Amino acid sequence: MSASIVTKPQDSRRWQRFTPLERSARYLVYLVVVAAFIASLRTVEIIPEFLYDAPQQMADMFRRMWPLDLAAYPATIHGAMLETLHIATLGTLLSLLLAVPLALLNARNITPSAWLNWVAKFFLVASRSVNSLVWALLFVAVFGPGVLAGVLAVALRSVGFVGKLFSEALEEVNMDTVEALRATGASPLAVLLKAYWPQAKPAFYSVVLFRWDINVRESAVLGLVGAGGIGVVLNDAMNLFQWPKVATALLTIFAVVLLIELLVVQIRKRLI
Amino acid sequence: MAELNHTSPRASDPERAHPFRTSWGSRALWAGLVLYLVYAVTTLDLTWARFLVGIDQGGELLGRLFPANFARWELLLSDLIESLQIAIIASVVGIAISLFVGLLAARNLMPNLVSAPMRVFIALCRTFHPVIIAILFVKAVGFGALAGILTLIVASIGFIAKLFAEAIEEISLKQVEAIRATGAGFASIILFGVLPQVFSRFIGFSMYQLDSNLRNSTMVGIVGAGGLGGTLFSAFQRFDYDFVTAILITIIALILVGEALSNTVRRVFQ
Repeated sequence: MSASIVTKPQDSRRWQRFTPLERSARYLVYLVVVAAFIASLRTVEIIPEFLYDAPQQMADMFRRMWPLDLAAYPATIHGAMLETLHIATLGTLLSLLLAVPLALLNARNITPSAWLNWVAKFFLVASRSVNSLVWALLFVAVFGPGVLAGVLAVALRSVGFVGKLFSEALEEVNMDTVEALRATGASPLAVLLKAYWPQAKPAFYSVVLFRWDINVRESAVLGLVGAGGIGVVLNDAMNLFQWPKVATALLTIFAVVLLIELLVVQIRKRLI
Repeated sequence: MAELNHTSPRASDPERAHPFRTSWGSRALWAGLVLYLVYAVTTLDLTWARFLVGIDQGGELLGRLFPANFARWELLLSDLIESLQIAIIASVVGIAISLFVGLLAARNLMPNLVSAPMRVFIALCRTFHPVIIAILFVKAVGFGALAGILTLIVASIGFIAKLFAEAIEEISLKQVEAIRATGAGFASIILFGVLPQVFSRFIGFSMYQLDSNLRNSTMVGIVGAGGLGGTLFSAFQRFDYDFVTAILITIIALILVGEALSNTVRRVFQ
């Protein structure tokens, strides 16, 4: 907003919010964005006819989904959905085994060695920059299709997230308490358990709950690449054009995600 | 701490007598956790033997992943460009739509009648994972970049329209009132009273979304919505693992470049 205001009508001096350099940098960004947008629009391979009849196709798809295939729910969907919840929960728990040590190594006020901090940071970043679907593809290649690949994919993707946020919480701990406990001659383990942990505990639980919530959503799609859960049912139903079953599975996911969100809000209120 | 009194230690107070006494609630939680683990592992057929076989396979896989094979760089480049196109178009359109949706969903500027349905709409956009939305769009508009673009537009609305609305709800209404007192119309109030207060935060959110659209544009291809993901998935299915490594390196490089760019833009608009 480079709105300029004339301070005095007679005066030639004008107040301007930004220096010319700042303004030209901003215009350069706008220019690049517009240019990139136009260049992408002109070169992207879109068949216009597909766009024009998209509403019609969508309507057709939803018409095929109705009525819902409720008989499929007890037969396959219920079991698969439970499997998805197990994948999300086990994956979250498993990730803690790696995330907590890495968070301790990454926190500068716990591990004084800059070199170890850097190593921990590297693992945390590596875990986060690979999407959970790619982790799942890798683990399906290693362990074969099934729940095990899903659990490991969820776990390894979560390590970076939980580890980063937990180590940030540890770094914000009030060091006076730590010092006081150290002054009594307490062992490092005691300092960790009685000085760091009580202060970082609320943040830890809230991060784990948040990640669990995300993992439930993510594990619902891991099955598309063969890593178990409701995604497998969804994929099979789509390949067989069983649209009512697809719709039932999607509605189940929707309902479970909503329920989990409500549950997380409730637990958070009690716990933190 | 003012009443540190050594003559009356108040030993009768249980809080004082055992500052670190065992909490039965947390013990029950731990027991429940162990029970759940045993139950889940037994029902899901997760065995140690399978894990060990997998570890062997993992070693073999690692051997085949390296060195990366960039022989088919032309395919890689064209997919990379398609991913970029998807991310750019989806971000620009998604942010433009989110501006209006976010404004309409802000409870301090809009009546409840307008903001409530908008909030439901935003929540709906957020509920499903982008890959599931991508599946639906692939079925509706066919394979290719268009499905990817539409998916990421929906994902962008779900994320930044919510943040936009929250940012607008936190503004100071004094400036809005001042502008209104000059007799300005609605558009002027928004442009000169609201937007200057939230503009730099909007840029921050938009850059974050561009980042996450870049990441996701390399993913939606797994279900056929264009970009690098499709090639990645088929390379996996053809056990073409050294090409997989090449694609993964490309994706990580793309994300790093995107992060550097968005940091630069953020600094310009600081």
